[in-house]
Amino acid sequence: MNEQPPLISIRGVTKRFGATVTALDEVSLDIPAGEFFALLGPSGCGKTTLLRILAGFENPTAGDVLIDGEPMIGVSPNRRPVNMVFQNYAVFPHMSVAQNVAYGLKVTRVARGEIAERVAEALTLVQLDGLEARKPDQLSGGQVQRVALARALVKRPKVLLLDEPLSALDAKLREQMQLELVRLQKTVGITFVIVTHDQSEALSMADRVAVMDQGIIRQIAPPAELYEQPNCRFVADFIGKVNLFSGQVCGVEGDRVLVEIAGLDPVPVPAAGEAKGEVSVAIRPEKIRLSASAEGSAPVGLSGKVREVAYYGDVSKIFLDNATGLTIAASFQNASRAVRPSVAVGDELWISWDPTDSLLLTE
Amino acid sequence: MSTLSSASSALAARPRPRRGDLPTPLEYARTTWMKLVFLASFVFLYFPIITLVAFSFNDSRRNITWKGFTLDYYEKAFNNDHLHEAFVNSMIVAGCSTLVSTVLGAMLGIALYRFRFPFKGAIDGWIHLPIVIPEICMGVAMLAFFHLVNIPLGLFTITASHIAFTIPFVAVVVRARMGGFDESLEEVSEDLGANRWQTFWNVTFPYLRPGVIAGALLAFTLSIDDFVITFFTSGPGSTTFPIKIYSMVRFSVTPEVNAASTILIVLTLGLTIAAMAVQSRTGRRERVR
Repeated sequence: MNEQPPLISIRGVTKRFGATVTALDEVSLDIPAGEFFALLGPSGCGKTTLLRILAGFENPTAGDVLIDGEPMIGVSPNRRPVNMVFQNYAVFPHMSVAQNVAYGLKVTRVARGEIAERVAEALTLVQLDGLEARKPDQLSGGQVQRVALARALVKRPKVLLLDEPLSALDAKLREQMQLELVRLQKTVGITFVIVTHDQSEALSMADRVAVMDQGIIRQIAPPAELYEQPNCRFVADFIGKVNLFSGQVCGVEGDRVLVEIAGLDPVPVPAAGEAKGEVSVAIRPEKIRLSASAEGSAPVGLSGKVREVAYYGDVSKIFLDNATGLTIAASFQNASRAVRPSVAVGDELWISWDPTDSLLLTE
Repeated sequence: MSTLSSASSALAARPRPRRGDLPTPLEYARTTWMKLVFLASFVFLYFPIITLVAFSFNDSRRNITWKGFTLDYYEKAFNNDHLHEAFVNSMIVAGCSTLVSTVLGAMLGIALYRFRFPFKGAIDGWIHLPIVIPEICMGVAMLAFFHLVNIPLGLFTITASHIAFTIPFVAVVVRARMGGFDESLEEVSEDLGANRWQTFWNVTFPYLRPGVIAGALLAFTLSIDDFVITFFTSGPGSTTFPIKIYSMVRFSVTPEVNAASTILIVLTLGLTIAAMAVQSRTGRRERVR
């Protein structure tokens, strides 16, 4: 399919701080040109360290980084075909918008005429025309971020690194900037690598997402696959909400395995390779069906008493207690304008799901 | 409307809550006896200076009684060749020592903020030593040192000792300024293709500039009116302005001395105000952000 070598190749990169802290543990990953790639993980998982290694601010303890086939270890940040947008934007406070954007061209001695042209072009790209003479303290948070973006893009890097670029913005603006970053990336065609702890940000923007935890990459996949086919408990739990039931494999039924979960009838789950012993069954709340009584012949079902109902406008999320002590989270769309609450605390409901919607996790 | 106005009048009618009749700390300044204390302190502090300045315009050979206004003694002071020479000496010493101590002090301030190196704690303490050590000790030490290494006393030795005692002041001011620096600005600069040198001059130094200017002005004022250290390290033919004034006073206190002193006061006051203005202007600009 894709025969051309990846633009970024990270090979067995390990980073230790001192003797005890391992920020990255033999991380390997390839990013093809033109991709919008996200590094997602909780704080302290090593994602920012990996980004800083790509930018050249940190040197890995072991391993190799190649960008466009060139080894990058030992190459200082100012000689890499990479630019970074910092979390706090780090816009130069004593320079105007135009001076900020022109800075990277000026210090590398680009001809003056070309600087003016490229600065104007970059400012148009981020929709900051007309604000050239403003100082950063006369700009809003969103505008400052655009300056930081333009300042990096004007360098025409092969890779643009973004460190939590939206965390400093308020919720409304963040959503707007998510769409805009995607549009920008498609327009300029530069490879974007974004670091974020916000899963909705990663899922909505990126072509592929790497989920990191404690210096290790747990899974690299497109957003939908990450959500529907997580390969371990950590990813399933970190991306979205999930019910995780631990149990024991107690039998095989065609292409399904039967899992015994405390106090329930054996639950059939699609098999994933060889499954034995301790496993987890994962099922997303929105894939759970709720009905007043056990009707039809749903293969998996149990009864539950509603403990909590949380109304979010578009969806409602509820928690149910089963007699065996299990807690099940379920959610449903408030698709019609029914004013009456369809579910109330204390209701006895029948919980069921299609086995194909559930997932067996062995790790 | 009516409910609104009645509500507000009810609010106005209610007596303000007060903690007894004791004034709050900020209100102490409004009590009469406190005002008197303030007045007395100001008189005590500034009356001698005011009389010194006033009597520099006195049309009398002696400084005891007021005879009338004149600028004669300023003219005399300006035409006094020895005073002139001393003033030029002072300017040379202050200029050279400020230049050197600003550069070295700024570098020291940045290094102490930025780097970790062996004995940093000790060095950090030592640089404050010239600030707290009695000037007389500094002067004697300097004299002993120059004598030991056989350097003849003169403008060079004065300048060298002024550099030594003003560096810490510059370093302390510059270092304080560095405290608020956002280091990611330097990383951004490097990321955008600048080398370390370009980064320093384009990003770090513009931020540091007010601190460096304030440090330099401080060094200049300290140097120009220094007496004790200069007294010990000056040699024949290298009299500075404060030393010259002192020797004139020993001879006789004429309004000419007052005139010369007034010039020195105006000069140092002007520079101090300039230093404060530089600091407060940048402070205000940053508070706005």
